[in-house]
Amino acid sequence: MDSVVGSKVMQQQEQTQNEDREVILSVRGLKKHFPITAGIVIQRQVGAVKAVDGVDFDVYKGETLGLVGESGCGKSTTGRTILQLYRPTAGSVVFEGKELTTMRGNELRQMRRRMQIIFQDPFASLNPRMTVGNIVSEPLLVHNVMSKNERKEYVSHLLEKVGLNPFYINRYPHEFSGGQRQRIGIARALALNPSFIVADEPISALDVSIQAQVVNLLEDLQQELNLTYLFIAHDLSMVRHICDRVAVMYLGKVVEIGPTNLVYDNPLHPYTQALLSAVPVPDPEVEEKRRRIILTGDVPSPANPPQGCNFSTRCPVSFDLCYQEPDPPLIEAEPGHFVACHRVL
Amino acid sequence: MSADSVVTLDEKSKQLTGESLYTKALRRLRRDRLTVSALLVIFLMVLFSFSAPLIEDIFNVSYTRTSSNVFAKPFTSEPVTEQDPQGGFNLLGTDDLGRDQLARLAYAGQISMQIAILAALLSLAIGVSLGIFTGFYGGIIDDLIMWVITTLNSIPALFLLIIVAAVLKPGATTLILVLGLLGWTGTTRLVRGETLALREREYIISARALGASNFRIMYSHIAPNLLSIVVVTLAQDIGSLLLTEAGLSFLGLGVQPPTPTWGNMLSNSQTFFNKGPHLVIFPGLLISVTVLCMYIIGDGIRDAFDPTIND
Repeated sequence: MDSVVGSKVMQQQEQTQNEDREVILSVRGLKKHFPITAGIVIQRQVGAVKAVDGVDFDVYKGETLGLVGESGCGKSTTGRTILQLYRPTAGSVVFEGKELTTMRGNELRQMRRRMQIIFQDPFASLNPRMTVGNIVSEPLLVHNVMSKNERKEYVSHLLEKVGLNPFYINRYPHEFSGGQRQRIGIARALALNPSFIVADEPISALDVSIQAQVVNLLEDLQQELNLTYLFIAHDLSMVRHICDRVAVMYLGKVVEIGPTNLVYDNPLHPYTQALLSAVPVPDPEVEEKRRRIILTGDVPSPANPPQGCNFSTRCPVSFDLCYQEPDPPLIEAEPGHFVACHRVL
Repeated sequence: MSADSVVTLDEKSKQLTGESLYTKALRRLRRDRLTVSALLVIFLMVLFSFSAPLIEDIFNVSYTRTSSNVFAKPFTSEPVTEQDPQGGFNLLGTDDLGRDQLARLAYAGQISMQIAILAALLSLAIGVSLGIFTGFYGGIIDDLIMWVITTLNSIPALFLLIIVAAVLKPGATTLILVLGLLGWTGTTRLVRGETLALREREYIISARALGASNFRIMYSHIAPNLLSIVVVTLAQDIGSLLLTEAGLSFLGLGVQPPTPTWGNMLSNSQTFFNKGPHLVIFPGLLISVTVLCMYIIGDGIRDAFDPTIND
């Protein structure tokens, strides 16, 4: 009896905490269309790849928001557009109370100290011609924040923090393993003491044994430095492990977003259901009885999305409305758990 | 961190200094016998050219002094003859005006190599900076510059050179400027293509995410990664410019006599092929050997920088 009451109280506390939590990043109607041009001399725009096509979500301070979806659904583009590495076609990105999409030049450069990115491929994200010391101290040099000696000491301190031997400061990236390189990338991202980090599939290129190390490092750093992550991934079990909330993307749109437990235990969108049913269960009996939802067909081209709901062409439960009404809006199905589906309406 | 540990850190990290791609390439290059011999030959060639005054002193000859001892065969010259009382020892014989061929070859080497190297450097400087610029910014700048290059390339290079050489007074400086200012198109294309590929690399995007300026990205991220192709291009350009200079001299559009270049020495000698075959053989040999060596060096450097080859 006591425990039930206790858990209810805890739930309430959690909810009030949710409402109180400070929004660090707020994305509204974000679109990134890449133009398709034709013509030899005069290039006309004949269409657009709608990589990100109207994304809304908030990220709370100190949390980890997972962004999942299959290849080509616009996860990475969303991450990069938020950081203004791609200028958005439309929409707004408010970070720490400041609108980023209209910022230019020096103003934006100053904001970059507060937000950083970790890349997927540790073999491509480090300049092969620079030593580890130069790579990690580059952010400090760009923003001119320390003297040469201070920089050196700070860099070795950073390397130690990410679990690398600071003696390796004069070595080159090609002398390190994948996991070590990823640590170098993390050290570089941390150098300016950011509050928000986009982790763009930071573990997908690593061996499974190394994945756990890097994820643990990211979690430790989050606690220590009070970081906020946007964790882009396609490994659903890893997302469940590390993320507080999760957003599911399909063809440039967020179809479902909510606290990790709610989304994983009670997926509402048919795409999320299909995605989660693809994860095998490590129990042969359950696995045998488990019903898998197998989607037919391919993802439609983002240059030519379907007329109605984006998922209507592959949806196992679609009906008339799905083909006529465009884009069901995100509605709150349960507290904090939003879904964009006509079936749920 | 205490002062003690910083000192040891510095020492230790110096011990553990890694091998950059440059040092690795240098080590590989040192083991590549063919490239090393080619480098040695080029070094000897430069040494020979710049010891021209020394050669004149030793053999008591002059590269400009004419004499009646014409078409002397190599290795047959007497120190002093009746016809040429103050004449020196013509190791490689004399030309149609009785001038010493060895001294002329040495002076000609200076001028030919200067033209080839300076023109190659000039076109490289233009080509690399323009290539990085156009590849990095893309868009309308890229279209415009590529359009200029295509237009320039569609005019046969030889005709362009003939026109320019006809308008301007041919000489070493003119030739350097003309060859340098016309030769950058290939390098620009090459560098642009490479920059286009580099621009999308994640470490460039990461530099942008750090807030690095465009100049910084071009200067410290793109340029160093272009080094290997730039060095190869330079070596090959020097080789082909030597040939171009010889070709222009052959058409009478190169450096004008009496200033000797390997090219104009070769083209002058065509008339006397029967009387003095050595006048054809020696400049021709020097041109061929130098060009071959430059190509070998270019090839060797490219292999040395190839990260896919492991040792």
